[in-house]
Amino acid sequence: MSDLHTELKKSIIEQLNLEDMEVSEIENDEHLFGDGLGLDSIDALELIVLLEKDYGIKLTDPNQGKEIFNSINTMADFIEKNRTR
Amino acid sequence: MSQNLFIRNSVVIRDSRVWRDGELIFKNETETTLSKFLKAIYKHQNLKYPKFFKMDSLSKLGYLGAEILINGEIQDKNTALVFSNSASSLETDEAYAQTMQDFPSPALFVYTLPNIMLGEISIRHQLRSENVFFVSREFDASLYIDYSKALFQEKKADNVLCGWVDLHNNDYDVFLWQIARSGGIDFNEEELKKLYLPTHE
Repeated sequence: MSDLHTELKKSIIEQLNLEDMEVSEIENDEHLFGDGLGLDSIDALELIVLLEKDYGIKLTDPNQGKEIFNSINTMADFIEKNRTR
Repeated sequence: MSQNLFIRNSVVIRDSRVWRDGELIFKNETETTLSKFLKAIYKHQNLKYPKFFKMDSLSKLGYLGAEILINGEIQDKNTALVFSNSASSLETDEAYAQTMQDFPSPALFVYTLPNIMLGEISIRHQLRSENVFFVSREFDASLYIDYSKALFQEKKADNVLCGWVDLHNNDYDVFLWQIARSGGIDFNEEELKKLYLPTHE
């Protein structure tokens, strides 16, 4: 697991108040929404803010979100390719 | 239509303590933050509802009060919610305004109305019943009595869960009670004030 994967998991737990959840409990390929981690639409907005705040990525096309926020793996891939900080 | 209504039970959360039907059921021994106090109640009650941690403090107070009052389940889904407070959602409004200087927080924004608390309770218990949230300068017993009586009279509810859930500058004052057509104490101003005031002054 890369540092970015771990960092993302920590940020998600902290930003989304996933109390009682540990980094080790989130699988890299686990779905973040729906049956997986069970995030909701407000969490999706918080993830968009997180991308901009921590990695300088501004999502211009909201439709991209579904793909990017599929799992920790897809988020990390997207960040690696697009980060400005 | 004349009707007899009764206060079935009540909960008070105030000064780091929780009372149910007048009995002290939880007390925070050491001085702590509101956030830690609320989490301590959650743990003490052995609640399992992860969404709790996403709520703002006002909704947490309402949610916890309701859980303790109804002991985990609202049996009658036609239970209306009649709530009020004096500070509305000012605490969260201010916190949200702070984030606007940097990155406005969507998670805070959704709590910038006091009646969101009623939504949280309704979602938790799958209620599709009547609900209303008033903002009044202070606890006003007559407001609850008039509105609740009208709900029963109009057959809009079979039970009413009432609440005063106020929060400002980390000062909180919570009083919840249930009203029904039978059982308990007479539902009138005098009795309501007696239940609200004992530990308040």
